[in-house]
Amino acid sequence: MIRFIAKRLGSGLVVLFVVSAFTFFLLYISSGSIARNILGDQATAEQVALKEHELGLDQPLLVRYFAWVVDALSGNLGASWFTSEPVANSLATRIPVTMTMVFAAMILIAICAALIGVLAAVKRGWVDRVVQVGAIIGDSIPGFVIGVILVTILAIQLGLFPATSTISPDSGAGAWVYSMALPVIALLINGVTGGAQQIRSAVIKQLERDYVRTLRSRGIGEREILFKHVLRSAAPAGLTVLSLQLIGMLGGVVIIEQIFALPGMGPLAVAATGQSDLPVVMGVVMYTVVVVIVVNLLVDILNGWLNPKVRVS
Amino acid sequence: MSDSVETAAVAAATSAATSAAGQSGTVVRSTVLRRLFRNPLSLVAMTLLLAISLLAVLAPVLAPFDQNYANIAKTLAAPDSVNILGTDSAGRDVWSRLLFGAQLTLLSALLCAGVAIGIGLPAGLIAGYYAGKFEAVSNWVVSILMSLPGLIVLLTIRAAFGPSVWISMIAFGILISPSYFRLTRTAVQSVRNELYVDAARVSGLSDLSIIARHIFSVVRAPIIIQTAAIAGVAIAIQSGLEFLGLGDPTKSTWGVMLSEGFKNVYLNPTLLFWPALAMALTIGGLVLLGNAIRDALEDGEKIKHRRGKGAAKATAPAAGAARGTGQQTTAAPAAARPSRKSVAAVVPGTEHHLIKVTNLGVGYPQADGSIKKAVDDVSFHVDRGEILGIVGESGSGKSQTAFSILGLLPDNARIVAGSIQFDGCYTVAPGEDSVNQERLSKLRGKRISYIPQEPMSNLDPAFTIGYQLVTPMVRVLGITKAEARKRALKLLADVGMVNPERTFAAYPHEVSGGMAQRVLIAGAISCEPDLVIADEPTTALDVTVQADVLDLLRELQQRLNIGVILVTHNFGVVADLCDRVAVMQDGRLVEEGPVREILRNPREPYTQTLLASMLEGKEPMSMLVSTLQKEPVA
Repeated sequence: MIRFIAKRLGSGLVVLFVVSAFTFFLLYISSGSIARNILGDQATAEQVALKEHELGLDQPLLVRYFAWVVDALSGNLGASWFTSEPVANSLATRIPVTMTMVFAAMILIAICAALIGVLAAVKRGWVDRVVQVGAIIGDSIPGFVIGVILVTILAIQLGLFPATSTISPDSGAGAWVYSMALPVIALLINGVTGGAQQIRSAVIKQLERDYVRTLRSRGIGEREILFKHVLRSAAPAGLTVLSLQLIGMLGGVVIIEQIFALPGMGPLAVAATGQSDLPVVMGVVMYTVVVVIVVNLLVDILNGWLNPKVRVS
Repeated sequence: MSDSVETAAVAAATSAATSAAGQSGTVVRSTVLRRLFRNPLSLVAMTLLLAISLLAVLAPVLAPFDQNYANIAKTLAAPDSVNILGTDSAGRDVWSRLLFGAQLTLLSALLCAGVAIGIGLPAGLIAGYYAGKFEAVSNWVVSILMSLPGLIVLLTIRAAFGPSVWISMIAFGILISPSYFRLTRTAVQSVRNELYVDAARVSGLSDLSIIARHIFSVVRAPIIIQTAAIAGVAIAIQSGLEFLGLGDPTKSTWGVMLSEGFKNVYLNPTLLFWPALAMALTIGGLVLLGNAIRDALEDGEKIKHRRGKGAAKATAPAAGAARGTGQQTTAAPAAARPSRKSVAAVVPGTEHHLIKVTNLGVGYPQADGSIKKAVDDVSFHVDRGEILGIVGESGSGKSQTAFSILGLLPDNARIVAGSIQFDGCYTVAPGEDSVNQERLSKLRGKRISYIPQEPMSNLDPAFTIGYQLVTPMVRVLGITKAEARKRALKLLADVGMVNPERTFAAYPHEVSGGMAQRVLIAGAISCEPDLVIADEPTTALDVTVQADVLDLLRELQQRLNIGVILVTHNFGVVADLCDRVAVMQDGRLVEEGPVREILRNPREPYTQTLLASMLEGKEPMSMLVSTLQKEPVA
C-alpha cells in the first residue's frame, strides 16, 4: 500500500511538473507586448525595455522557466505585475474562501447524490423518474446560470438571502453560514443532479451482478447486501464521479464567486486573466493542479482501500 | 460541472457502442432512426434544435438591427413594436442580439466538437486498433487533460492569446478530446478481435479499409451522442467565459447578454430571462437528443421497470388464462395444514415431494403489453436424495425454471402460470404472479441453496472467501462467528482444499476458477440444505476439474441425502450423476423420466437430436456403465 501511494504521489509530481512547464511556455511564448501593456501607450521605448529587463522578459524562455521553478520550490511564485503583491500571499488569503465553499459543496453533493442515487436504484418508481428528469434539467442549465437565477429570485426579488457574500468569518458563524448558503447551493445543484444519476447507474450495475444473486441465495438479507456489498462495490465509481465533479467545480466556482462578489480565487483569476497578469495566472493554475493532484491521490488511496485487488498486490 | 456531463456521456455512449457492435451498420441506422422519430421527446428536441439553428443561420435576415447598433435614447426599454424584446442598458435590440448570439454560440460549439473529434477520433482509432506505445502515451496525456478544470484552462488561454471565441473553443476542443478518444478506443477494442474483423484481415483488406468499413460503423452512433453532450458543455463553458467579461466585446453572445442583464438586475431583470432561456433550450435540446439516441440504440424492446401491484395488472389476463388450465382446484382452502403458515394448502398427496413444480410459466412483459414466455407449462418434482437433471440448449428456459424455485428471477420477470411447492408449502401459490419473497427468504440459504455457473463472478471480490462462507452461517444458523469459522474450514477441507486456512483468508481473485467453484459448493451446502440447485456447475471449468467437481457433488449429495436439481446442457453429466432427467426445449418440458430409460429410448425427436449430438462417436452404454463404476465421463 505504501509503495502504491508513493507511486501515485510520484506520478502526481510528474503531472505537476509537466503542466507547469506547458502553462509557462504557453503563457510567455506569446507575451511580446507585456511591458507595453503594463506601462500604457505613453511609455517610451526605453521605459518599455527597462521594464522588460526588470521582469526578466529579455532572457530566454527556458532560463526564465527554471528560475521560476527554483523560486516556486522555495514558495516564491513571483509577484503581480500590476499590484506587486506576492502571488503566494494573494493565494494564501483567497484559497481558504474558495476551498471552504468547494469542500462544503462537495460534502453536501456526496451525501445528497449518494442518498438520492441509491434510493432511486433500489426503489425505482417515481424517485427514479425524478432523478432522471432532474439529471436532464441539471445538465441543461449551466451552474452559473443557476447561480444568477438563484440570486435574482431568492436574494433580489424575495430578499431571503444576501445578494453578495462578503461577510468575513469574524462576524459570527451563523451570519457567515447564512451568507455562504446561496453560493454553495448554486455550486452543488448540478453536482447533485448529475451525481445522483451516475451513482444510481453504478448501484444498479452492481445490483445486477452475479454475486448479488448468490448472496441472496445464501439467505443474506437485502439490507446487508445493499449496505455491505453493493455500496462498497459501487463506491469506486461514485468516488470517480465525485472527483471529476470537484475538478469541474474548481472552474465553476470562479464564476460563482464573481456572481456573489466573494473574495476567493475567482475574482483574482478573472482580473489577472483580463490584464494578462501572467505570474498571477501561473499561480492560479498551479494552485488548481495541486488541488486536483491531492484529490486524485485521496481517491486512489480510498479506492485501494476499497478494492483488495489493488491493496493486496 | 462540465466534466461530470462528459463522463456520463462516455459511459452511456460506450455501452451503446457495445450494444450496437453486434449488428451491421445500416440495420442499426434505419431502426434507430425509426425509433427516434417515434419518440416524442426526441421529436421535441430535434424540432427545437432545428428551429434554433434556422434562427441562427437566418440571423442577418431576421434581426431588425445590427448586434452592436445602440440607440442611446432608448435604453432598458420594455418590448414594443420596434424592439420586440426590449433594449439593453446601451439601447441595443435584445432580439437582434439574441439571434446573433445564437449564431456565434452554435458555431463555437460546432468548432469545439469538430476539434475534439478531429483529435480524439483518429487517436482513439489508432490506440484501440494498434495499442502499444501510442496507447500508453495517449492514455497518459488523457489523464492529464482530464484532470484540468476547463474554465481555468480557458482563463490561461485567454491570458496568453487575448479574447477570441475561436481560439478558446479550439483550446477547449483539445481539452475535451479525451472523451472521444476514450469512447473510440473502447469501442475499437471491443470489436478489434471480433470474428468478422479477423475475417476481413485474413481476406487481405488493409488496416485502413478495415477501420473505415467495420470499425467506423461501430463508433459512429456513440460519437453522435457524445457530440450532443460536448456541444452542450461547450456552450455552457463559452457562455461562462463571456459572462465573466473575458470574451470579445464586439460580439454579441448569450453569456455577454446574461452578464449585461445581471448588471441591471435591479432595473430590468427580464434581460436575464432571454439569454438564460436560450441557453437552457439549446443545451436541453442537445441533452434530450443525446438521451433519445442512446435509448434508441439500446434495446428498444426494454420496458420501464415495474414492480408489485402495477405489474400485476399487466399480467393478470395471462395468469388468469393459465389458471383455467387445471390448477383452479388447488386454490380451495380445503385440507389446510394448520401448522404451516401458507396461503393455500397444496394438493393432497403431493406433500412428500421435496419440490414440486406444476404447470409453471415464466414471462417477461414487453413494451407492447404482451408477455414473452421464457418458461411454459413446466411440471416436475424432486424428492429427497434424488438428483434431477434439467437438460436443454441455451435459452430453453432451464435456468429460468431454476431461478423461479429460488425466487431469484430478474425483477421484471413474472410468474404467469402454475405453482411451485417446497416441502408441502407453496412458494408460488396457484394464481400468484410473483414468487412469495416473504416465504422464500426464510428458505433460501437454509433449506434451498444454489451453486452458480460462473465461479468468479459469483464471489464478491471485495471480501475474503472466509467472510463469504462465515456470514451466511452466522445469519442463517444463528451460530457464533468462531463456530462458523470452524465449520467453514471443515467445509473447505471437505470440498478438497489442500490448505483450507489459506483459502479461507484469500480474496476471490487469489484463487483459481476450480477452487472458486469448490468454494461456492461449500457455501451452498454450508447450512445443510434439503435442496441444492446447481446451474451448470461445471460449464465454466476445465475438463479435468469438471470431473472432480461432479464427484464432489455426488459424494456430498449421497452423504447428506439432499435433493439436487442439476441444470446442464451436457448429457454426459446427466448420465454420470442424475437419477431422473427432464428435457426442455423453447421453455417447454418435452420429456421427463428416469435417466436410463431416456438415454436408452428417447421418445421425443428433440431428445434424440440432443443425444445424437452429445454422444456422437461414443458407445451410449458405456456411459451408463461408467455411472455404476463411478467414473466421471464429462
